[in-house]
Amino acid sequence: MSSKKIKTGTVADWIEYRLPIFSFLKHLGDYRTPKNLNYMWSFGSIAGIGLVIQIITGIFLAMHYSPNAVTAFGSVEYIMRNVNYGWLLRYLHAVGASMFFVAVYLHMARSLYYGSYKTPRELVWFLGLLIFFLMMATAFMGYVLPWGQMSFWGATVITNLFSAIPVIGDTIVQWLWGGFSVGDPTLNRFFVLHYLLPFIIVAVVLVHIIALHVHGSNNPKGIDVKSKKDTIPFHPYYTVKDLFGFGVYFIIFAYFVFYQPNYLGHPDNYIESNPMVTPEHIVPEWYFLPFYAILRAVPNKLLGVILMFSSIMVLFALPWLDRSDVKSGTYRPVFKKLYWVFLLDVIGLGYIGANSPEGIYIILGRVATLYYFLHFLFILPFLSKYERTLPLPKSISSKL
Amino acid sequence: MNRLLNIILGVFLYSSVSMASNIEKPQKQDWTFEGVFGYFDKQSIQRGFQVYKEVCQVCHSMKYLRYDDLKQVGFGEEEVKAIASSYTVQDGPNDQGQMFERPGRPNDYCVSPYNNEQAARASNNGSYPADLSLMIKARKDGANYVYSILTGYSDAPSGFDIQDGLHYNPYFAGKQIAMPSPLTEGQVSYSDGTANSVEQMSKDVVNFLQWAAEPEMEKRKILGIKVLLYLSVFTVLFYLVKKKIWKDVK
Repeated sequence: MSSKKIKTGTVADWIEYRLPIFSFLKHLGDYRTPKNLNYMWSFGSIAGIGLVIQIITGIFLAMHYSPNAVTAFGSVEYIMRNVNYGWLLRYLHAVGASMFFVAVYLHMARSLYYGSYKTPRELVWFLGLLIFFLMMATAFMGYVLPWGQMSFWGATVITNLFSAIPVIGDTIVQWLWGGFSVGDPTLNRFFVLHYLLPFIIVAVVLVHIIALHVHGSNNPKGIDVKSKKDTIPFHPYYTVKDLFGFGVYFIIFAYFVFYQPNYLGHPDNYIESNPMVTPEHIVPEWYFLPFYAILRAVPNKLLGVILMFSSIMVLFALPWLDRSDVKSGTYRPVFKKLYWVFLLDVIGLGYIGANSPEGIYIILGRVATLYYFLHFLFILPFLSKYERTLPLPKSISSKL
Repeated sequence: MNRLLNIILGVFLYSSVSMASNIEKPQKQDWTFEGVFGYFDKQSIQRGFQVYKEVCQVCHSMKYLRYDDLKQVGFGEEEVKAIASSYTVQDGPNDQGQMFERPGRPNDYCVSPYNNEQAARASNNGSYPADLSLMIKARKDGANYVYSILTGYSDAPSGFDIQDGLHYNPYFAGKQIAMPSPLTEGQVSYSDGTANSVEQMSKDVVNFLQWAAEPEMEKRKILGIKVLLYLSVFTVLFYLVKKKIWKDVK
């Protein structure tokens, strides 16, 4: 820990002796980081700022929002029309959710390519997946709050998934709803949980960062830090690089907020929820579409639900499915190609998820789902055994 | 930029919707509110309000709009008072515990033609004339869609089976709509002498509805330019600082 010599005198020393906050700040200051991180490593802190924006805008929205089935929709319109800059708060929050997912998906894609989930960072990866899972729950419940048609029917479809559980399924669904259909009690508890979960996410993010700082960041070469020459202090090098990253992120963010605020939403959510009228197509937000496609890939509800949850759970097994000693995709010629095929598969699943499961989309959905699991359960274990990897550079500093 | 987004994401999100029933794509019109420098055509919005007041309002409510809001599009204080007081608002209870009726005031929300959904359905053959406050945002490509619906009534092609009480409109889901063609040539007389063709009235009412759906739009777009300028400077500056700080790292 801290304090080799305890100089009495300054207030800072007095505090440091009791609560080593200054040495903690010092750690942040000279935390050593590989010097070869590329811009894909910016998405961690970008996701962090995304979370902060959601929490701040969310707190102010909650001051004006009314979580009641009769008044919810009207209170959102009240925010849009009568609260000072209410439209800005709400658009920042709604677009912010999408932007947060963009950052997290890119952050995850970077991990997948550079093998950041491998030894000794398995727990960093697990904690990240836990954040992802909590984010999805939070985003889903947040989308229910405006109480438009997609809110209501999306909530109905997703909560109904639990009815696939044998024997106790229907009881669980009624327990989730607090009644016999999605209604006022459902909206009220979703609001409470939507407000609670982000703070739990913050806690998990802190543990995620603590775990990361034990062994430090992975890097594009995927080899360990050998000497101090391989590293630079986080501040000012990566703080300034991240600030530039924030700038680019905010520009895209602002473009959507000010010029396409409803582009990523669904028009039906500007129609107040009506339990008597079902929308023609019920589609989730874009960031759930790949999972939605997997859910609908099989004609059996229970199996679909199991597949959908497995598609996320399989990520937890990743450090043991991909056992190759070489972390970075740069030195794995076959893996590198199949990585892009996998990403295309996920994007394809998203496209399929946006369409109704008819005709060609049924077949495509099944093939893409099969490939998704094939990649994890067959291709990765196979590659880690038989792939001929390229020679690794001696160190981060060496030219080759 | 817009087109690029539409290609990348549009296919992603809604490609299914228009395919489903083979309905006509909305006709593309030029609107002043489109684009980064989009603005409200206040004259047209005022005419559109007149169309709403004389035609649409018979069946359609506008419950998120206050009479006061009309000042934003150029109606004067006295005009708004006069408009508001032409409506009867139920208020109360008074100190006798009775509900009573009084003339509308500027800060009242626009009075709805029906007391509730049931009353609306009972008077409209079972259909519910939707609230129009958010209509433009509640439909894909809303402005062009509403314009196309209003101007798109025609005789059904031979062999097309129309249900009782519905009307042929190729832009509506299922190509038949409960609302009868609302506008006829010359129906509303404009005081500013603008020609009152169906197309003109439709265009005016869409301008009005677009404003009603997002009254903050002009403010938002102007603020957006400032924010984007600020962020661009910020980003370039940090890029240069980054370059300088990283100069010696190799």
